Amino acid sequence: MAGAGYIELTGVRKSFGAKHVLNGVTLSVPKGHSLVVIGGSGTGKSVMLKCILGLLHPDSGSIRIAGEEVVGLRGSARDEYLARFGMLFQGAALFDSLSVWENVAFGLIQGRHMARSRARDIAIEKLGQVGLTPEVGNLHPAELSGGMQKRVGLARAIAADPEIIFFDEPTTGLDPIMADVINNLIVDCVKRLGATTVSITHDMASARKIADDIAMIFKGEIVWQGPAKTIDNSGNAYVDQFIHGRAEGPIQMDVLKP
Amino acid sequence: MNLFAHIGRATLAMLTEIGRVAMFLKDALLQGLTPKIFPRQIIGQMVHIGYFSLPVVGLTAFFTGGALALQIYLGSSRFNAESLVASIVALGITRELGPVLAGLMVAGRVGASIAAELGTMRVTEQIDALVTLATNPFKYLVGPRIIAAVVTLPMLVGIADIIGIMGGYIVGTRSLGLNGFAYIRNTADFLEFNDVSSGLIKAAVFGFIIAVMGCYHGFNSSGGAQGVGRATTNAVVSSAILILAANFALTTLLFAD
Ligand SMILES: Nc1ncnc2c1ncn2[C@@H]1O[C@H](COP(=O)(O)OP(=O)(O)OP(=O)(O)O)[C@@H](O)[C@H]1O
Ligand SMILES: [Mg+2]
Repeated sequence: MAGAGYIELTGVRKSFGAKHVLNGVTLSVPKGHSLVVIGGSGTGKSVMLKCILGLLHPDSGSIRIAGEEVVGLRGSARDEYLARFGMLFQGAALFDSLSVWENVAFGLIQGRHMARSRARDIAIEKLGQVGLTPEVGNLHPAELSGGMQKRVGLARAIAADPEIIFFDEPTTGLDPIMADVINNLIVDCVKRLGATTVSITHDMASARKIADDIAMIFKGEIVWQGPAKTIDNSGNAYVDQFIHGRAEGPIQMDVLKP
Repeated sequence: MNLFAHIGRATLAMLTEIGRVAMFLKDALLQGLTPKIFPRQIIGQMVHIGYFSLPVVGLTAFFTGGALALQIYLGSSRFNAESLVASIVALGITRELGPVLAGLMVAGRVGASIAAELGTMRVTEQIDALVTLATNPFKYLVGPRIIAAVVTLPMLVGIADIIGIMGGYIVGTRSLGLNGFAYIRNTADFLEFNDVSSGLIKAAVFGFIIAVMGCYHGFNSSGGAQGVGRATTNAVVSSAILILAANFALTTLLFAD
């Protein structure tokens, strides 16, 4: 196959009934790189991540991780595949029947069969990295604020030191200072752990900080992909409109004027 | 619109649903009931499904036993056959009313809560999160609920049998003036192992139905709070109907001779 990407999507399509969400996404992320995907609300960013994880089945196209086709993996092959991933969901998706530390330690206890006491220590340490005290570990997710839930979700995603991490809007709902702490944490995951990451964000400050490469998705297609440094002179009208946040341009919002 | 089109559509919808349940059942059995097992989850579900259902099942059995004794007394006194009260109460409770009523009460209590819990986990992406943490939701969520329901329902029915017969005894001796010693002797002499065991077999089947329908509707819910509400209703209604149908089939089967 073409390209030497660690994560390689070719012509991935996904529709829900008559609604075409992904119209042939082609994307490549080299090993140890951090890709940030930007794009308007409802353009299929979260759907794309779920297709890679196999939570949704693409209608057609190919998804390769380290050269291996992963669409349609089943059984233990799929479990092994997923064990290499960490995922922060847009809505955090914390298990509300478990305490915060059990959430963070879940992958360690269930996936890696680590002893509970040891997993707990690691969970407390990861909570510390996202700015949460050990006491928070004993609370239940329902007792946390939205931003705190997001950070717990982040701690859970990185707890098992996965090779590949997906962050779906990691800084949405956080104050600017905490957002920067989280940006640093993501950069650190890539640098220190050598993880390959794909992050989705609307926050350009965050994108500039964490991205090696940036890709822009529009109407279910990647309309631009390039190094983060070149984002300001991409020569792409969609990208220019998005990063400057202008209502006028090729991307038209279907809204009624008052 | 054409009547035939209506009937055709309804039939197709029903066949689709049956097919979906069958697919779910396959995954539940092949993935959910094979290693690896989650002892912590199984024990938690046993407490939730079995232990916490004790009060409601116990009360149901007690009042049913009492009412049964009254009715049978009223009927049998016409033939001067009051001595039958004890044995018919025992038979009715152990063979039919114990398992069916316990099954229906647990379907309402536990079936609904399974569907609501798993439905919420589905719509808030917690089930997806489980998958990304390399944990099979069939093994972690579905399997333990099926095992717990199949194991605890017979226990509940065993207890319901005792409480139901006790209810009959209390009504019989206190308000109908039957002799207490004779009542117990009649019950013990008449009741056979087969009567009790057939009820317990039914209970295990009902437990399976409740857990599978609760999990199926929860797993397939979509569309937020409304969808979860719909899943809960469907879980209770479908398991209640299946319990009654299965009861008929099992009675035919177990008492074939
Ligand atoms: N399970 C589903 N069933 C039907 N439609 C879906 C489903 N999931 C997503 N969609 C549709 O797919 C489109 C893209 O959704 P997606 O969640 O990927 O958007 P997004 O790019 O992540 O947006 P945002 O930035 O707001 O999170 C939406 O229009 C949504 O309605
Ligand atoms: Mg999204």
